[in-house]
Amino acid sequence: MVEMTYRDAIKTTLVEEMDRDPSVLLLGEDIGIYQGTFRITEGLLERYGPKRVIDTPISELGFIGAAIGMAMLGLRPVVEVMTWNFSLPAADQILQNAAKVRYFSGGQVDVPMVIRGPNGAGVQLSAQHSQSFESFYGHFPGLKVAAPATPADAKGLLRTAIRGRDPVIFLEHAALYGTRGRVPDGDHAVPFGRATVVRAGSDATVVAYSRMLHLALAAAERLAQDGIECEVVDVRTLRPLDVETIAASVRATHRAVVVQEQWKPYGAAAEITAAIYEHCFDDLDAPVERVTGEDVPAPYARNLELLAFANEEKIVEAVRRVTA
Amino acid sequence: MRQLDQTLSAELLLDWYRTMVLVRRFEEQTERSFRRGKIGGYLHVYTGQEAVATGFLAALRPDDIYFTGYRDHAHALVRGTDPGAVMAELYGKATGVCKGKGGSMHLFDVERGFYGGYGIVGGHIPLAVGAAYTLRYRDTDRVCLCFLGDGAVNCGAFHEAANLAGLWGREGLCPVVFVIENNQYAMGTSVERSSAVRHLARRFDAYDIPNEQCDGMDVIAVYEAARRIVDDVRRTGRPYGIEAITYRFAGHGAADLFQPYRDRKEIEAWKARDPIVLLEQRLRGQGALDDQKVDEIGAWADRVVEEAVTFAEASPQPPPEELYTDVYGD
Repeated sequence: MVEMTYRDAIKTTLVEEMDRDPSVLLLGEDIGIYQGTFRITEGLLERYGPKRVIDTPISELGFIGAAIGMAMLGLRPVVEVMTWNFSLPAADQILQNAAKVRYFSGGQVDVPMVIRGPNGAGVQLSAQHSQSFESFYGHFPGLKVAAPATPADAKGLLRTAIRGRDPVIFLEHAALYGTRGRVPDGDHAVPFGRATVVRAGSDATVVAYSRMLHLALAAAERLAQDGIECEVVDVRTLRPLDVETIAASVRATHRAVVVQEQWKPYGAAAEITAAIYEHCFDDLDAPVERVTGEDVPAPYARNLELLAFANEEKIVEAVRRVTA
Repeated sequence: MRQLDQTLSAELLLDWYRTMVLVRRFEEQTERSFRRGKIGGYLHVYTGQEAVATGFLAALRPDDIYFTGYRDHAHALVRGTDPGAVMAELYGKATGVCKGKGGSMHLFDVERGFYGGYGIVGGHIPLAVGAAYTLRYRDTDRVCLCFLGDGAVNCGAFHEAANLAGLWGREGLCPVVFVIENNQYAMGTSVERSSAVRHLARRFDAYDIPNEQCDGMDVIAVYEAARRIVDDVRRTGRPYGIEAITYRFAGHGAADLFQPYRDRKEIEAWKARDPIVLLEQRLRGQGALDDQKVDEIGAWADRVVEEAVTFAEASPQPPPEELYTDVYGD
């Protein structure tokens, strides 16, 4: 075990995988000479050279499409999107090609690639730079979607993503890059589709992921002072989704709150909530609550922004309602 | 061209002739099968454009690779993919090249270097650029061909991919040949009505990619250019763009019966330069082809197509469990 930041967990994994396998290469805007907007790729150009650390023009459709072609030929490209907001010009490539070529080729090609970068709400970044894509990409079969909350999971899930045979949407959170945590040594890998119980409790299950996990844990600590013990489950990957672990927890606590940072309609929390109803309807002692952001584009003004996203207070209130 | 012409054996030209006749008869059959309801979805046939795929793919080595758009049957057949497996794919059968999951627009034959037909106009062009990069990253001298239509040059994907190819080509890391198959129409919209610059090859000037046009109805002209360009790209690792001027005799899709966007006279004028007729005339002039041989080759092609249909008809549908396979690799 060694303590490190979420940022270093990602960078260390890239280095370890690039050292291990020459078919791993990086592409992205300003990841080379500039060393990465979030400093994930600092020093990597010097270490691996421009053939493996490729500074791209601002053309997501082009370079993500090119990375798909690389993956189809057996390379393992790891693409950095400066933020996931910039993945939209490349959505045609990701959704129409990466997700589907295996299927419509009848299994003739693998697409072993990772697209990674910061997702979620920012600090007064306003409507175009402050949104989440787990529901959007999670909708499409053929893609896998990971959203690690801790340095250990950032490392373990990224390793699995790089070594796998499928395209992975790897959603980091800008607000987590500086957070620290203990990371197992060696070839630490976390399989996809395995949620984890981060905090044990008997009164209600709180399901979260990415930055929301930390708000859920903070809410659980506050509720514990009033004698309400929350079990907190981190889903870790949205696709595949580990319904079993979530359902097992809800069967034990009989109450559930599902948290996501942003918009409620058609979201990941809706999917998880539906899964709880499908698997645990008879076990529930209260309707499942969703804690989400407000159904508006992200505003700029700080006071409005604070109202726009899910927060600790909203989680506390929701747990109080389901346990009342 | 004349010089090369003399070095091309009559046997090779006859081989191309057979290929083009086969593609023509195959496509005529797919239209019949479509009308009979045997083929579903969309069907885009290659009638009139046979010289382009034939000439370009003839210039490749067996280990070279290629991508194309949705008008892709010919590109599979020319490279030697089993016509039965292609027809079975169109029939949605388990024995199809993609197990019945791709259909007309998504033929693949990776074993023969065919990395697929793609249904979104221009969407495959970046893939070909990344694939070409990979060939050099792996220190090979293999080459990637990327066929695209005249409609695709107006898509953002074309421009982003061409820019990347130009950049990566500077380092000798992008051995891709972009082949614009200018058949004059993007569905019902003519090049004249869709492209500010009608000389489509010149689009590549913007990305410092050498380019030229060729007569896409003359398979020898296509091959001559393709051979020279492919050899050059193989040597340099730099991209090249070529526009083959051709014509689609058929409608855009099999449902495009009325074709209000072009008149019969125009079609007839192009039919006077039918690539199969042009090659036939040349071979007759060389004494390599006569009426009897033409009939023999036609009968052979009909037989191959008939066998393909019989195979497709007799093949089983994909089993229900196939619905869930090939979504993920692990």
